[in-house]
Amino acid sequence: MNSRNKRLPSGGRIDRARPVDFTFDGKKLCGFHGDTLASALLANDVALVGRSFKYHRPRGIFSAGPEEPNALVTLGTGGRREPNLPATTLELADGMAAESQNRWPSLGFDIQSVNGLFAPFLSAGFYYKTFMGPTRRAWMFYEHFIRRAAGLGRAGVDADPDQYEVRHAFCDVAVIGGGPAGLSAARAAATAGARVALIEQDFLFGGQLLSKRTDGGAAAWLATIEAELRGFENVTMMARTTAFGVYDGGVLGLVGQQGNVDPDRAGSPRQVFTMLRACSIVFAAGAIERPLVFPDNDRPGVMLASAARAYLNRFAVLPGKRVVVAITNDSAWRAAFDLAVAGAEVTVADLRPVPASYLLAEAARLGVSVRTGARIARIRGAHRVNAVTLAGPKTQADIACDLVCVSGGWSPTVHLTSHLGVRPIYRGDIDGFIPGALPASQFVAGSIAGQYATAEAVEAGHRAGVEAASFCGKSKPARAPAKLDLRDTVSTPFRDPGSAGRGKAFVDFQMDVTVADIALAHREGYESVEHLKRYTTLGMGTDQGKTSNFSALAAMAALCDATIPETGVTAFRPPYTPVAIGALAGRAVGHHFKPFRRTPMHDWHQANGAEMLEVGLWMRPWFYRNSGRDVNEAYVAEMRMVREAAGLMDISTLGKIDVQGPDAAIFLDRVYANGFAKLPVGRARYGVMLRDDGIVFDDGTTTRLSENSFFMTTSTAKAADVLSRLEFLLDTAWPELRVAVTSVSDEWAAMSIAGPKSRDLLSAALPGIDVSNEALPHMSLLESAWQGKSLRILRLSYSGERAYEVYVGASAGERLWTHLLAAGEPLGLKPYGVEALGALRVEKGHVAGPEIDGRTTLDDLGLGRMAGKRTGFVGDVLRRRPAFQAADRHRLVGLECVEEGQRLRGGAILFKLGEAIQGHGHGRITSVTYSPTLGKYIGLGLFAGDLAIEGTEVLAAYPMKKEQVRARIVSPVFLDPEGKRLRG
Amino acid sequence: MLRIECPCCGPRDHDEFRYGGDASLVRPAHDDPVPEAWYRYVYVRKNPVGPHREFWQHVTGCRQWLVVERDTRTHLIASVSFARKSPA
Repeated sequence: MNSRNKRLPSGGRIDRARPVDFTFDGKKLCGFHGDTLASALLANDVALVGRSFKYHRPRGIFSAGPEEPNALVTLGTGGRREPNLPATTLELADGMAAESQNRWPSLGFDIQSVNGLFAPFLSAGFYYKTFMGPTRRAWMFYEHFIRRAAGLGRAGVDADPDQYEVRHAFCDVAVIGGGPAGLSAARAAATAGARVALIEQDFLFGGQLLSKRTDGGAAAWLATIEAELRGFENVTMMARTTAFGVYDGGVLGLVGQQGNVDPDRAGSPRQVFTMLRACSIVFAAGAIERPLVFPDNDRPGVMLASAARAYLNRFAVLPGKRVVVAITNDSAWRAAFDLAVAGAEVTVADLRPVPASYLLAEAARLGVSVRTGARIARIRGAHRVNAVTLAGPKTQADIACDLVCVSGGWSPTVHLTSHLGVRPIYRGDIDGFIPGALPASQFVAGSIAGQYATAEAVEAGHRAGVEAASFCGKSKPARAPAKLDLRDTVSTPFRDPGSAGRGKAFVDFQMDVTVADIALAHREGYESVEHLKRYTTLGMGTDQGKTSNFSALAAMAALCDATIPETGVTAFRPPYTPVAIGALAGRAVGHHFKPFRRTPMHDWHQANGAEMLEVGLWMRPWFYRNSGRDVNEAYVAEMRMVREAAGLMDISTLGKIDVQGPDAAIFLDRVYANGFAKLPVGRARYGVMLRDDGIVFDDGTTTRLSENSFFMTTSTAKAADVLSRLEFLLDTAWPELRVAVTSVSDEWAAMSIAGPKSRDLLSAALPGIDVSNEALPHMSLLESAWQGKSLRILRLSYSGERAYEVYVGASAGERLWTHLLAAGEPLGLKPYGVEALGALRVEKGHVAGPEIDGRTTLDDLGLGRMAGKRTGFVGDVLRRRPAFQAADRHRLVGLECVEEGQRLRGGAILFKLGEAIQGHGHGRITSVTYSPTLGKYIGLGLFAGDLAIEGTEVLAAYPMKKEQVRARIVSPVFLDPEGKRLRG
Repeated sequence: MLRIECPCCGPRDHDEFRYGGDASLVRPAHDDPVPEAWYRYVYVRKNPVGPHREFWQHVTGCRQWLVVERDTRTHLIASVSFARKSPA
């Protein structure tokens, strides 16, 4: 051990038999198992830990918990690099490599600390006022440099190699906080018979009891109750787990650290995000000590009194040998006493004129010097404190010291209780905010409720645990826990009015917000706390202002001459502490980001050169690499094959809905714009559904299997929406209709055989099934079986060729697919992909997703004749509203490229020839293909009806590529308008 | 996360459900020819502070359409029932 080691020879909750090696800014240091990074740094006498956000001021370790504003470090390298971690919450692990942040070239000498010299100019709003200017142009230029200068750690750019996990969990009672109140609540609820989850962010249970001496009553009480809790089968003890958010329905967001201590965490996740659904919640989150505001109160060596006590008693680190304890309340005296007992030379500066006599007596006994009514007027020391000037009512004194402990009282940790919108309420007797009126399922106990005395917290915890269990219907009698009276009486609050002086007096350490900034905000009229926060960035750091919130409110209240309740409090929102995106994502990364749906023929496609395309959740063959070198070559070849011979297409992704019941025909008559009641058995019909507002919803074919049974297909994209809508209408609008609808999408494999040779091929492949034109004319159904599986052949055409949709039981899908291909090989049958399918339908002028885009009506799409004069179907009335009849509504048109060597592009904007290319034009191109049959680019578009005269030339502008191409408006049906190819 | 007590499946997370809008609206008869009635049904919505009856469908469960009475201020759910009243 070197001379700079501040570790005490005995005591604490560290394991001296297990040393832990770590580095800080590359320097090798040693701590012990049970340390945090912060306690190990303090033990090694590292005072300067980081540079501040804006002024690059030297900063040290200020707290001993998640409220830490200053001691932020970066851990790890490469993909594991994680910035802005409070050293106070990091469990020390072997090989831990921590780096300080926001300094250059080194922590000790930071060039931008010169910002501090310019500080008079860098007040709140400075950058915006100076660089935004009237035009914003200056800001655009300077922003890059300004953003580089300010800031915290840098995130890594490599992919994170670690695993994260998302877990779903349930319990009766969730207890948040493992201090005396939480432990007591968990014990009570467990005894009552409830399933309990006890959540503690620290790696040890005990909360503030951990900061007490390990040889006292607190430690014994803690050991007893912890052992008792571990004995319950119905209690889950969740250490290293932070409840970061409270959501509706009793859902808690928890993030658990798993790995830091485990040297070999291979295979185990680094963090676990748990969604815990609790019947009731006990908030026992404790309280956070408030700093004092005085000039240069951010110097390394200034620390919360409670933190000094924690480092001393829990980690056996004496953080200072000559200590000034500047306080406004009784609780911090105990830190002074413990430090004195440990051998420090302690001076207490209590701002109150007359502290309690028993404190003065104890101080005298321990040799602690006391100055009443005194405050810190000045701090000396550049990189760490070496002296303070104490100003009393009459006297002033300089005291040499290496540690300054501060305490301005306590703020209950109400954050989680207000996540659901319950505003905290101010309580004058503790000068702090406690949780507001919570829902019946939520309870509070301990310091969070202003019950600062430990004995009171234990009792309140017990009551809350009993009530929370009872809320869940668990009410076995529970014996009270052992009493724990630490005689920690609560003093009348005494608010520090603050002091003026040279030097910056910080309110928010992390965001570098000073009392002067708050005064400036006040002068400029930003008096509301929400404005104050946004104007000064107060509380907007990664610590979310855990230590600054109250001081800022108090400062603003004083400036406005208002009370704290009048000044109000900002809303607390999740997360309580930062949560890594990786934890929220869990395993939903890369290919697991969303589920994939695979058709029954998926493996075949992959094995046979298909380039796959994601279509919603589906994987579909885009094109086959055998067909061409790239997609453009392949789809044209595949189109030719269909037009000249035959092609096979996997259409299993279509939505398939079975519609049955005595009123099925009536039902379909109402949901489709065109009639189905008169559809004969064994026949199919193309149908279009509208939404209630008269816009086209989806299209597909429906086939009558029998008098009361129909087989509906929907587009791939709308399958789920259509089914849900049909169920909605049956459940809520027309319950009198005797109809049942069921998805059969996954039950059937489906494939389409299209092309002039499709019939020959089908009859060769399926001998014994009559597929002649007489037996199976266009738009008709044939039901049969193949290899023991149901088989449906529907003669339908999407491509415009003679075509058949073949449906077979899903498990036989790949077999039938390969069978058809084998049988069709002599006739030239090959598979084709969705790119060719989309192109074939453009040639035929069939509308699809790009045209049925949620904005178009039947008339827009040229399908108005389908509805004719029918009434009584969904969307019937509103589709006839006047606005939908306007002459300039965009209507479906065909477009062909008239410029040699040019092409059309989907998304191009259509203008009249000679018109200025600006604004939205008169329409746009929706779908485009090269047509091998016509030898040019053609497309479908939506164009102003009053201008859409066939033969007119228009200009298709595509500004993204700076293209302008002339196109002619033509009929959208480019090929075989009489439909000769598909009949006969 | 809302937790909806499905009368068929028990309490479930709201992401198992599909939202279906205001359940207090009365849908015009399928052959109601009055544009005003359809306009009101399709476009006119209240934005109540407090109890709100709304449709939810348990899409990844029993697929029933439900009527959920939810308080828009607190998200507390007072009741859940099947939307379908009369047996089909």
